[in-house]
Amino acid sequence: MGIEYIYPEFEVVRNADRCIKCGVCQRQCANEVHKLDEDLNVMLSDEAKCVNCQRCVALCPTRALKIVKSDCRLRENANWSDSTIKEVYKQASSGAVLLSSMGNPNPLPVYWDRILINASQVTNPPIDPLREPMETAVFLGKKPEKIQRDENGKIKCELAPQIKLPVPIMFSAMSYGSISYNAHESLARAARELGICYNTGEGGLHKDFYEYGPNTIVQVASGRFGVHENYLNAGAAIEIKMGQGAKPGIGGHLPGAKIVGDVSKTRMIPEGSDAISPAPHHDIYSIEDLRQLVFSLKEATNYKKPIIVKVAAVHNIAAIASGIARSGADIIAIDGFRGGTGAAPTRIRDNVGIPIELALASVDQRLRDEGIRNNVSLVVGGSIRCASDVVKAIALGADACYIATSALLALGCHLCRTCQTGKCNWGIATQRPELVKRLNPDIGYQRLVNLVTAWQHEIKELMGAMGINSIEALKGNRLMLRGVNMTEKELEIFNISHAGE
Amino acid sequence: MTKYVIIGNSTAAAGCIEGIRSVDEKGEITVISGENHFVYSRPLISYYLEEKTDLQRMKYRPDDFYEKNNCKVLYGVMATKIDKENKKVYLDNGEEISFDKLMIATGSSPFVPPFKGLDTVENKFSFMTIDDALAIEKKINKDSKVLIVGAGLIGLKCAEGLLEKVKKITVCDLADRVLSSIFDNECAKIMQAHLEEKGIEFLLGDSAEEFLGNTAKMMSGKTVEYDVLILAVGVRANILMAKEIDIKTNRGILVDTKMQTSAKNIYAAGDCTEYLDYSSNTQKVMAILPNAYLQGLNAGKNMAGEQSDFDNAIPMNSIGFFGLHAMSAGSYYDEKDGGKCYIEKGEKHIKKLFVKDGVLTGFIIIGDVSKAGIYTNLIRNKTQLSEIDFEMIKESPTLFAFSKENRGKMLGGVV
Amino acid sequence: MKRVFVNEKWCLGCHLCEYNCAFANSGLDNMAKALKDKKIYPRIRIEGDENINYAVSCRHCTDPMCVKSCITGALSIEDGVITISQDKCVGCLTCILVCPYGCISQNENSVAQKCELCLKNSAGEPACVKGCPNNAIVYEER
Repeated sequence: MGIEYIYPEFEVVRNADRCIKCGVCQRQCANEVHKLDEDLNVMLSDEAKCVNCQRCVALCPTRALKIVKSDCRLRENANWSDSTIKEVYKQASSGAVLLSSMGNPNPLPVYWDRILINASQVTNPPIDPLREPMETAVFLGKKPEKIQRDENGKIKCELAPQIKLPVPIMFSAMSYGSISYNAHESLARAARELGICYNTGEGGLHKDFYEYGPNTIVQVASGRFGVHENYLNAGAAIEIKMGQGAKPGIGGHLPGAKIVGDVSKTRMIPEGSDAISPAPHHDIYSIEDLRQLVFSLKEATNYKKPIIVKVAAVHNIAAIASGIARSGADIIAIDGFRGGTGAAPTRIRDNVGIPIELALASVDQRLRDEGIRNNVSLVVGGSIRCASDVVKAIALGADACYIATSALLALGCHLCRTCQTGKCNWGIATQRPELVKRLNPDIGYQRLVNLVTAWQHEIKELMGAMGINSIEALKGNRLMLRGVNMTEKELEIFNISHAGE
Repeated sequence: MTKYVIIGNSTAAAGCIEGIRSVDEKGEITVISGENHFVYSRPLISYYLEEKTDLQRMKYRPDDFYEKNNCKVLYGVMATKIDKENKKVYLDNGEEISFDKLMIATGSSPFVPPFKGLDTVENKFSFMTIDDALAIEKKINKDSKVLIVGAGLIGLKCAEGLLEKVKKITVCDLADRVLSSIFDNECAKIMQAHLEEKGIEFLLGDSAEEFLGNTAKMMSGKTVEYDVLILAVGVRANILMAKEIDIKTNRGILVDTKMQTSAKNIYAAGDCTEYLDYSSNTQKVMAILPNAYLQGLNAGKNMAGEQSDFDNAIPMNSIGFFGLHAMSAGSYYDEKDGGKCYIEKGEKHIKKLFVKDGVLTGFIIIGDVSKAGIYTNLIRNKTQLSEIDFEMIKESPTLFAFSKENRGKMLGGVV
Repeated sequence: MKRVFVNEKWCLGCHLCEYNCAFANSGLDNMAKALKDKKIYPRIRIEGDENINYAVSCRHCTDPMCVKSCITGALSIEDGVITISQDKCVGCLTCILVCPYGCISQNENSVAQKCELCLKNSAGEPACVKGCPNNAIVYEER
């Protein structure tokens, strides 16, 4: 004890005047923080177990609860922060790698917040999206470089396979296993209603969700879990996952305890066995190898599905993207370092990779410079938080955005960042049946639909303000952006002017 | 236009009126009410004495009941004779009424055994009607000593109603236990102890041999002093009028599941009838209010031309004394009758479930009676206990003992 | 007619419906004031075990045994809703004896109480439905 003791991070503040001891907090906390003491007839809290997921706060009928950050601090200094010291304590106690969930929480620059959007005045009037038609649909896939005509002089209309999105937003990869059945159902139903796509992640596709195939992107990752012919043909597109923004350069590990029942069947691995996705694809050591997999998948699906290659945003991302654009892939997905995860080693998550904004700017520029921008569409993710982030991403050159953390927030996630425990009180990152049922997809899917619909309205308003009535006209239109709080170098990478210029 | 005549104006009559009107809005309904009162709930007379209700709230139906149902009520008039050939009912005021369909809902009357010296008792009452209650109310005061002959439902409810208003209550019964019609010995003891704790004295297995003014000489040789004597020995179905015209009777007027008597166009319902007990498959007089209503309602529908059967009547009672509740339903079969009894017992609590041939046939509960209707329904539906989790439901009635599918039907639909 | 239905697939057994019911029928405007340190008498009850739960409240049967069996006439059907006049009820509990679903209970004054769809209180719509965090209880036509 003693030396191992770490003061709880949060305090449960219970207003005794309001608490009616209904026990809802006790019944709803999978971490077993709350307990009615029969002898004292009061609700007690074991704060050491609290992860501040706010489930109890949200369900307390008398608003008697709040969770606050403990003000019991270690003696910090600018170098040794409270959390840094505690991490040392934890590792000295456990001897283990630290694990974390969701995205990088550290105060690294968020460039979206340093980029500002233009608006039309006088000479180039803005457009009112409530009065004028406003096009937000995009097509993802390889585009022809030039117009081709047949022997009769007619334009050739064959196009490589495309994904049509009415709004440039998709739900990014989250596997069944890392998130619950009900979370997946919510995503699938919302994608169908919105006409967009969700992504299976590397967990395979549950048999119940094949009906959502036209709105599904099926992923092929290094573990090849759940991959078979029907699976590949079920989706609207196939995504080869090379890397993930939250943990570039490493694989994934879903513990055997979570490989139960349908999760095991869907992944096509025995119950109780650890699902280990290797860091590399063992058959890919070059762009040529990647090209082989791309075309294997195209063969398997009769050249009807666009192939996406997903990579993490890392230092040489522009060169990597250039290679992928030449591999035969139709779409490149780039995941920034603030992207979420169900579990990642803390040091990797917090220190490896680069911000998506910089990666996007340099990739789009590089592909243009090399004349291969039309080979591929660009999808970016890794903490797209709101409609203006989407608009800025499009103006920097993206064709569409992947969102996941915002989607989970819509489903009830309170970003407590303890997905790795499997005790998600909101029924998202868990496989425990009594917790999974807390997410009713009837509610979940509607909230996702609401979120994307709201963003679409905002995207239209921002476009209208710029005097742009088609999102295609915004794509790569960096003149619409200005930087603030940026160095010359940063402005150079973004290839945008400073505000006021 | 059909002419309906109802002899009687209590629960079965009210049910009959509602039954007729659910089918026939126009027919002419005449109600012959011996009592000079709007239809009221007889079991409430003890609550009246206890001041838990009053004359207005005792009315079984809203004030506009007869008006809304377009009924003619003849108050204070008794039917004396039925002429089934000419379809007429003769009244004690000399008038006669013709009918197309007749309902006999004459109820029952207190049974008064020929006690020796009963004529020497000044304040003696039955406890059946509102008039009985009003009469008793006038004769009691804080110093009264009351002797109640009969420890059945009527006698004990009367005791409960009077306890706070008088000095002393003694209840005697020839039977060796209280509530002998619904309780076995074990259950009766619990209730008796509770009643004794509240201050009621019992002389059981004993009854009056002779009354001498204000003294009762008991068979045991004891004597009981009293100011007010209440005779609650039992009731007898009023079947005379039916019997006179050769309608089949036994202890009550025999009716089928349509509440039709052996005579055409003549129906009967309520305490005056003998009908099928679904839980034991025998004909019985089950003089209880819910059944009287259900019979009346069913009879009314049939009288008005709709085919309707009331074929799952069971005996049942819900009764409480000074906060301790008791419920019983169905038939009790113990091991000697080929049944099995599950017992759960605690202080002031007992539950007995009687099972025979794989179905619940009856139960008695004293104490926690919550959700007991789930048991009643098992009896009424003759639910095979193998289809439910009987071990679970034995402990406490819950829909959780049913299969998910059946539970879904129950909670998703409505009956 | 709209009725309250429960979907046990989504019921979390949190018991909020019971508290919302008790509060809605308390006549008070603050839940803590209404329920703090008091035994509650909800008209809807959670049944089940650690894994499966569901709420049970009056089914508002079209052919209700409780109304037919009521010895006082306190129970009646008003526009399809089975209502109880607690002023008339003497607490004989015959309704509890006959309700096949176990939906009628005793209130703090020992007379019968049952769900009246919050039509008589200030909630205006069933409080159990409004407060259910997972749409496990719904108010709809079926």
